[in-house]
Amino acid sequence: MATESRDVTQATETDRELTMSRAMVEAIAWEMRENDEVFYMGEDVAEYGGIFSSTTGLLDEFGPDRIMDVPISETAFLGAAVGAAQAGMRPIAELMFVDFFGVAMDQIYNNMAKNTYMSGGSFSVPMVLTTAVGGTYNDAGQHSQTLYGTFAHLPGMKVVVPSTAYDAKGLMHSAIRDDDPVVYMFHKRLMGLGWMPSPSGPKTPVPEEDYTIPFGEADIKRHGNDVTVVTLGLHVHRALDAASQLEDDGIDAEVIDLRTLVPLDTETILDSVRKTGKLLVVDEDYQSFGVTGEIIARAAEGALDDLSEVKRLAIPDVPIPYARPLENEVNPSTDKIAAAIRELHE
Amino acid sequence: MVSVNELRTMYEQMVTARYYEERLQEEYLVGKQPAFDISAGPIPGELHLAAGHESSGAGVCIHLRDDDTVTAPHRPHHIAIAKGVDLKKMTAEIFGRKTGLSKGKGGHMHLFDPDVNFACSGIIAQGCPPAVGAAMAAKKRHTDSVAVAFLGDGAINQGGFFESLNLASVQNLPVVFVIEDNDWAISMPKHRVTDVTDGSQRADGFTMPGERVDSDDAVAVYEAAGRAIARARDGNGPTLLEVQVHRRMGHFMGDAEAYRPESDISHSKRRDSIERLAEDLRAHGVEDDEIDEIRERAHERVDEAIAWAKEQPEPDPSEAYEDVFTNPPAQATTDGGYSDSGSTSDAAADGGEQ
Ligand SMILES: Cc1ncc(C[n+]2csc(CCOP(=O)(O)OP(=O)(O)O)c2C)c(N)n1
Ligand SMILES: [Mg+2]
Repeated sequence: MATESRDVTQATETDRELTMSRAMVEAIAWEMRENDEVFYMGEDVAEYGGIFSSTTGLLDEFGPDRIMDVPISETAFLGAAVGAAQAGMRPIAELMFVDFFGVAMDQIYNNMAKNTYMSGGSFSVPMVLTTAVGGTYNDAGQHSQTLYGTFAHLPGMKVVVPSTAYDAKGLMHSAIRDDDPVVYMFHKRLMGLGWMPSPSGPKTPVPEEDYTIPFGEADIKRHGNDVTVVTLGLHVHRALDAASQLEDDGIDAEVIDLRTLVPLDTETILDSVRKTGKLLVVDEDYQSFGVTGEIIARAAEGALDDLSEVKRLAIPDVPIPYARPLENEVNPSTDKIAAAIRELHE
Repeated sequence: MVSVNELRTMYEQMVTARYYEERLQEEYLVGKQPAFDISAGPIPGELHLAAGHESSGAGVCIHLRDDDTVTAPHRPHHIAIAKGVDLKKMTAEIFGRKTGLSKGKGGHMHLFDPDVNFACSGIIAQGCPPAVGAAMAAKKRHTDSVAVAFLGDGAINQGGFFESLNLASVQNLPVVFVIEDNDWAISMPKHRVTDVTDGSQRADGFTMPGERVDSDDAVAVYEAAGRAIARARDGNGPTLLEVQVHRRMGHFMGDAEAYRPESDISHSKRRDSIERLAEDLRAHGVEDDEIDEIRERAHERVDEAIAWAKEQPEPDPSEAYEDVFTNPPAQATTDGGYSDSGSTSDAAADGGEQ
């Protein structure tokens, strides 16, 4: 069991490997072919194909009316996506970096997220907000955040964070078909960009046909009995690397990839914690008032008696610094994850 | 009328800025070839170079004093140089060193120099509101200092820009907004995303003058900026200025510009504002020898700054926890958290306090 380092059994029917960006684009293209109401808008999504290759090739197939470059007016075009969605279309709007949410947050959290509830359910907002997240390439504090917790905290948005190509495709199909607003947060480092090398994990076999991954189902990416590691996004791969480093020392870690924050699969976390008794939560978002605290609270609420020790690793409540040694210090590394697992095991 | 000394100054700033970008381009590619990896080499992260924008920084900032405020966008080097930002510390910042302007915390899009009241934002148009605030402070304190916000042509579609124009206008504040029109916002040509070809028309909705300088002729920029800044300094309120510039390089390093017609690239390289200013100098009787001398002096200064920056130490990882607050809370979090006051005063002893 401990030697199975990647659980990709669902995708074993195919040997065709895709990068995460290709997998996302494949799902978007499939949905656009099936449904004329789906369109994509954002900055540099047409000719450029998305700064992080989120729309590569789509302009050629669907043309500029459905793959739309829009002005650097995030309030206007994210709000327009809300309006188009309320009118019954299925827009996908891209916020180039999640860090830019500040200029358009009202449309996101007061309109997109709340209109369903505040209309007593008479409106729905079936849109997808795609956005690039994460650091590790020294782009400093306005271009390196994940902000997972911010979006998950505010009620009314489903929040998706894929970590592999297989998951990225299935989650994108689900996101576009969902009748609620979905924030689809893709980590730049996982996209398979030529200019920002990915770790080996996110490139996986991906079936050619369409398939959905339901929201609220975490994926156990590595089964283990000693320590539960709960994480998401890039840090799934760092946690897997840490876990395989520890194998030789006889430490058997279980790595749970949340895949969606809203809804959150509490059961899978509790089942694992009941087995291991030890919980490490790893997150690339700020530590306080965020994802790590929430996961630990759910574990405490649901399995306090089984829990002997908890730990968390996250960005230690500082803006993401530019210089390499500084960013490396604050972004949880494979070594720090391995050390934390080891400490919990002792 | 521009004086020959002012021509000399602008020329020196422009050749400094151009050579700076050329040298940074070389340094940036170290460790990133043959396979380009944005996080490798001595300068990691995004790098937006301003070759072709020089006349805007030089022609505007020549009218400014140290106590005047400038805010710059993600493409700030030429503006910083013209405003008199410390070139060595700025270069050290770009190399992510401890002695950089921000001790390695900001990087190239986020240059901050309180000595000359210079600040940046990497978020589009978000330097406009703080420039309005600097102008508000000047007005309240009855000084005659002014503020200038630089932004790109793509940024004039952003809400923060419109709101800033109105606030500046309704309060009659001493601020000038300078649009650097290079016809592109990354891969998006202006005509696709902006409803006017002349960005200074955005002033029409407010009670402020708008003026466009249709070329990157430094003297034309000098004259238009001179009028706008004098107007602000005299208490007559804001101006919106647009200046034509050219993007001689990709949007950022690593941008192959596949979206950009070859004719547009060659057009932007043909029109060289620096050459034109050299002709102006000659027309004013400045000898070629002196022009060469200015250029060599500028190159030397840049080479020195880069050499100095590369010798500077990297920040210690523990510095990541410092400077979150000016007055750090007494308690630290268990896993690092805020710095205590001890480390803050260490930083001050290193020269952080002026
Ligand atoms: C609010 C916001 N949206 C998007 C971006 C990403 N972005 C950085 S530069 C840029 C293009 C800017 O074009 P322009 O204002 O014309 O300046 P130029 O790069 O041409 O100098 C974009 C879209 C950002 N930094 N902030
Ligand atoms: Mg531009």
